[in-house]
Order: sequence, then C-alpha cells, then structure tokens
Amino acid sequence: MARIDVRKTYKLYIGGAFPRSESGYSYEVNDSKGKFVANAALASRKDVRDAVVAARGAFRGWSSRTAYNRGQVVYRIAEVMEDRRPQFEEAIRQSEGATAAAARNQVDQAVDRLVWYAGWADKLAQVIGNANPVAGPFFNHTAPEPTGVVAVLAPQASSLLGLVSVVAPVIVTGNTSVVVSSYARPLPAVTFAEVLATSDVPGGVINILTGDAATLGPWLAAHMDVNAIDLVGVAGSAELATSLEVAAADNLKRVRRAPGAEPDWTADPGLSGMTAFVEAKTVWHPIGI
Amino acid sequence: MPKKSNTFEYAPAPESRSIVDIKASYGLFIDGEFVDGRGSSFKTINPATEETLAEIAEASDADVDLAVKAARRAFRGWSRMSGKERAKYLFRIARIIQERGRELAVLESIDNGKPIKESRDVDVPIVAAHFFYYAGWADKLEHAGLGANPQPLGVAGQVIPWNFPLLMLAWKIAPALACGNTVVLKPAETTPLTALLFAEICQQADLPPGVVNIVTGAGSTGQAIVSHPDVDKVAFTGSTDVGKAIARAVAGTDKKVTLELGGKAANIVFDDAAIDQAVEGIVNGIFFNQGHVCCAGSRLLVQESIADELLTKLKRRMGTLRVGDPLDKNTDIGAINSAEQLARIRELTGIGDAEGADRWSPACDLPSAGFWFAPTIFTGVTQAHRIAREEIFGPVLSVLTFRTPAEAVEKANNTPYGLSAGVWTEKGSRILHMASELRAGVVWANTFNKFDPASPFGGYKESGYGREGGRQGLAAYLKGASL
Repeated sequence: MARIDVRKTYKLYIGGAFPRSESGYSYEVNDSKGKFVANAALASRKDVRDAVVAARGAFRGWSSRTAYNRGQVVYRIAEVMEDRRPQFEEAIRQSEGATAAAARNQVDQAVDRLVWYAGWADKLAQVIGNANPVAGPFFNHTAPEPTGVVAVLAPQASSLLGLVSVVAPVIVTGNTSVVVSSYARPLPAVTFAEVLATSDVPGGVINILTGDAATLGPWLAAHMDVNAIDLVGVAGSAELATSLEVAAADNLKRVRRAPGAEPDWTADPGLSGMTAFVEAKTVWHPIGI
Repeated sequence: MPKKSNTFEYAPAPESRSIVDIKASYGLFIDGEFVDGRGSSFKTINPATEETLAEIAEASDADVDLAVKAARRAFRGWSRMSGKERAKYLFRIARIIQERGRELAVLESIDNGKPIKESRDVDVPIVAAHFFYYAGWADKLEHAGLGANPQPLGVAGQVIPWNFPLLMLAWKIAPALACGNTVVLKPAETTPLTALLFAEICQQADLPPGVVNIVTGAGSTGQAIVSHPDVDKVAFTGSTDVGKAIARAVAGTDKKVTLELGGKAANIVFDDAAIDQAVEGIVNGIFFNQGHVCCAGSRLLVQESIADELLTKLKRRMGTLRVGDPLDKNTDIGAINSAEQLARIRELTGIGDAEGADRWSPACDLPSAGFWFAPTIFTGVTQAHRIAREEIFGPVLSVLTFRTPAEAVEKANNTPYGLSAGVWTEKGSRILHMASELRAGVVWANTFNKFDPASPFGGYKESGYGREGGRQGLAAYLKGASL
C-alpha cells in the first residue's frame, strides 16, 4: 500500500512565529494550470495589526544592530536559501508554471540578490551620506537612518525573486517590514518565511502575510504606526494604487509608487529600493577648544 | 512709564526704510514680465504697524496656467543649456542678492515683522550663499552620486511659507534651477514683497523669460499650482495639514513631492551641560524669528536636578530680550506675522493656562499697533498638554523635565513630528548616543537653529519628506533620484 503523504499547512509568519490567520480563513492556492495545491492562510485586518505590532517591537533592536551584523544576518538568509534550493525551485515551477531551468535561474538570482544587498549594509551610509563643509566652526555630517516600519505589497507575478528584491533592501538598512505576499503565488513566500525562521533574522523584522493586497493594502496604508509603503504589489491597478497613496497621506508615509506594470526583476536594482526607505539625519556640533 | 524689568535702556536705532521702494500695487511675474492678474487682489500689510504696504494680485487658475505654460516653454532651452552656463546665471543672481542685500533685508523686515538683525545677518546672507552653493552644482550633477546621467524633472510648482519668505524661496528655486528645471513659485499671502523683488533680480540677471515665474495669492492659488497637470514636481513648506492635503492631491500622478512641514522639537539639557551656553541656545531655539520656525526648540526637556537653576537663568536672560520695532537694530523679537497667527498663539497659550500649566513672561511693554506677543514660557507641562504636542509657531516654550537619558529620548520622540532636536551636554559619547536615538532630520548638539546651504534639512515622520540643502537637496529635482 502506498504511503499516505503528510501535507503541509501554510501559515502566516508574524513576530517569528507561524500563526494561522486570526480570522480562521484560508484560501485555495492552485498551480499555474489551475489544479489545487494547498490552502494558504488568508490574512485579515487583525493579522495586519498583529504584524505591525511585531514589526514595531523589533525595530529598535534591529535598527541598532551594527551594519556589519545586519549584513551578516542578510547573508545568512542567502546561505539557508541556497540549502533549500530544490524546495524553492519546485514551488516556483508549481506556482509560476516555470520550466525547471527558469525556476533554477530564479532561485539563483534570488540568492545572489540577497548576497548583493547583504554587502550594502555597511556601505550605503558611505555612498549616500557625507560630511558637509558648512560656513562656520561646526562638525556637520549627514547619514541615512532607517525610516521605521515599512509595509511591502510584494509583486504578484515574480513569487521569489520579486519578493526578495523588495524585502531585502527594506530590512538591510535597519527597517522592519510587514509583507503581503503574491495572492495567487504565495507558497514561495511561505517557504521564504521558513528560511527566515531558521536563519538569524530576529522575529518581527520580516513578517509575511499571505492574502489579498487589495484587502490588506488599505489597512496597511492607513495604519498610523506604519512609516512607509511599497506599492509594487498593486502594479497596474492604478485606481487601487491611488487610493492607497491617499490613505498613506494620513501620517505622511513614504510611498514607493506602483509602476504601470511589474518591473523586470532581473534588471540591476540600483539603490532606489534602499534609498526610498531611509531618512537623512544631519548632526551639527560646534568646533572649539 | 511701564516697568521695563532689567532691560538696558537704548536709544531707538531704526534702520532707514528709504532704501526700499514699495510700489502701490504689484502684478504677477510670468514669462519674464510683470503682468496684471486676471483674478482679484489683496493687501499686504506691515505686521508691526498694520499699515497697508501694497496691493497684490491674486493669481487665478488661468494665471497659474499661463505661468505653468511659460515655465514649460522655458524648460526646453533651460534644461538643454549647459550646466556651466546655467551656473553663471545662478552666480549672477547670488551676486545681485549680495549687492542688494540691505534692500532685501529691510523689505523682509517690513513685510514679515522679523528683526532687522535677523533678516540682515541670517536670512539674506544665507539666501545669497544658497544660490552660490547650488550654482556650483549646475555643471557637476553627474558627480553628485545621483545617477550617471542626471536629468531635470520639468516644471516645479513651489509653495512657500511666510516665516522665512526669501530664504524659503532660495531653498526652492536655487536647486531647481541648478538641476535644469523651471519654476512657478507662490510666496505666502502675507509676505509676497521680497519674492516680487526677487523677480526684478531675475530680470536684472537677464535670466531667460519663463525660467522663474512668481504668482502671488492665497490657498487657492497654491492648490492650482499643486494640481496643475503639467507640473512635474511639487515642493511645499508649510503646515502639516496642508502637506497632507498635497500628498493626497498628487496621489496617482507622477509628480515628485518634497514636503517640509511642522515640528515640535525637543531641546534637551543634561545636568552636565554648559548652562549659560545652553540658556543662549534655548533662547535662540525658541525666540529666533518670534518662534515662527518649523524646527524651533519649542519643548525644553531639562534634567530634573538642574531645572530650577536653569529656569532662573533662562528667566533672567528672557528679561533682557527687546521686543519691538523690527527695523530697530537692537530688537531681538519682532512682530507676529499676522493677526491670524497671533490669534492662534493666544488660543493655544490660553489652552495651556486652562490645562493647568504655569505661564511666565518677563515684564515688557508691547507697541499698541501691530501684532505682538511677549516671550513666554510654560512650566509644569506634561506630555498630555496640548502646548507640549501641538505646534504653536510663536515665542512660547513648554518646559518638561526628565531624570534619565532614556526618559529624555522617550519624551523627545513622543510626537508625530520629527524635524529637529537639540542636545546639550559636555559628554561626547552621550551626544552621539542621543544624536542616534532622536528621530529627527536635524540634530543640533550644543548649538541650535544653525542653517547652511551645504547642510541638508528636512524631517522624519509627519514633518514631511525629502531634504533641502546639500548634495541630498539635488535629489528632489532630478529624475529617479532619492536622497
């Protein structure tokens, strides 16, 4: 008799733990051909609330780590991902209908992107900060600091490379995040959460909610304890993106606007993913004897 | 004769007004010419005397449209001009500002109410310096670390406040032009005169028509600029409420936005601070420019063990502040900019009384005409008091105490704002610790209210986004650049 396989329950990732949705709802996740694969937790407003609390709670500790340490932690994510390549490749093939080679290629790039961002942790301040030669006897210096809690509506199409490309730049500078995964392709994000849980990323730094960006986005955009939001996950939905940007104005969140279509994640990411979510702080002190 | 506390007696030393020539009425500056507006008009007054200074055109939507069209036409030539040539126009403007510095300072004090020693020694010199600084960037943009091929955005719509009329104009126009943008700028309703004089300076510099357009008016003119579909960039300095309205208005567009908004800065004094210097810093932090400063140190957080000593010295120092004629060279505190602002200060300080805080002002006699408010401190203030939470934008200091550095950080950051903060201590490691803990865009340690064109300025949280000044200030006016 064939062995009955043990199926996995896909859950949310909040504060370093894997809760079910507080709402009790889940939704069916199908593969690219429409065949049922699994039930994923359908995150609710209250899960958003819990995730923001977790992200805020983690901010102080994460942002005050040394840049070197944050770089090591992000590099460690890449190491653990590399170790679980087959699982990611399978999840991408299933959800995106990608060929084995394309799935492999996407995992390669996702791991490499994490490595790339890991190296930025202790370099960004040197590249975008500077001394300011003011006209007086003052030490004056400008350096970037993390903005705070950043909501990320992750891309809908690119389930792993896209996800990594928007999460890594947010956290490497010291922000914490609440991420809403692709709605139709959430399983690589859940696997990514399992990588995070077994790496060195402190609980609460990255919180991952599976669910609908159109439902969860408005709660995140209007949340008064969220400092910024990346809208790329609603790319192409101009009306929704506009309404989210309007809601974000209530506490003047930094908004990374949704492009007309999902970007090509294989392109050189540049610095904008990081610089969109940092604040320049300038410190003055007199010079004297 | 009213009691004068311990102020030294000085003979009046007014700066002469004869250097400025204020016309009876002003039109709009569009496409290099002064033109009549199509809308109505309003009066600008001297807040120290309430005398009417001039009749000012109120730009209608149609006027704004003309200005944006002129800026769009000018953009083609201006953006394609080599940076080296653009730079020379900005250097010219900087030089003319220096040459006409006295005239600009006197006019600013007349229209705004700020003391001549501030307009003369702070505002106007920094205005000229700002143009010099960004002039030098115009032909070096590819070296700014903001992309290999930096490109201007197009037409910038800029709306500025009344507290530093000419300085805010410089902060907006200098980087915009250096990067190859053209501008439509609206000065504040109560302080249009130096912007209109700046328009003359643009003519004098032979700046190509349409590169700078100045449209005067109130809120509706500002709205017309912000929401104009052919404006590519919006830069605003002013209240957080209007900033939020702008953020909503531009949602869903490609407009790039920078917002410099309100603040409720903590000025933190530790028990080991050089106390006399700290007192000077506190006075400068809250009474500079009548407290009409978004980054004013309006919340004094003093370590409990030195609170009594510090307050005694602060009160003694406040007794020497001279309130009165803005054109008098000895004046420390000038006029409140408008009746409306005076009413706002009175309302909030009244709430301070009602909520149980203790008000104190030195004896000082205020002129009978014009808008005045004596320098004021409130002690016994808690974090729940509205005077500890809301921006008063006047010469009013709320005093709170703390015991530990952690408590100071907690209280300082307990605000939706995050523009600036001050720290006073002789311990270097503590300065650096506090500087990294404070969630504010500018931290002044053992100093306060220092400004320089090379130094980026701007806030965290609800104090807005984007930076003005410095290399970072270029990012606001270039495609694809952030910070």
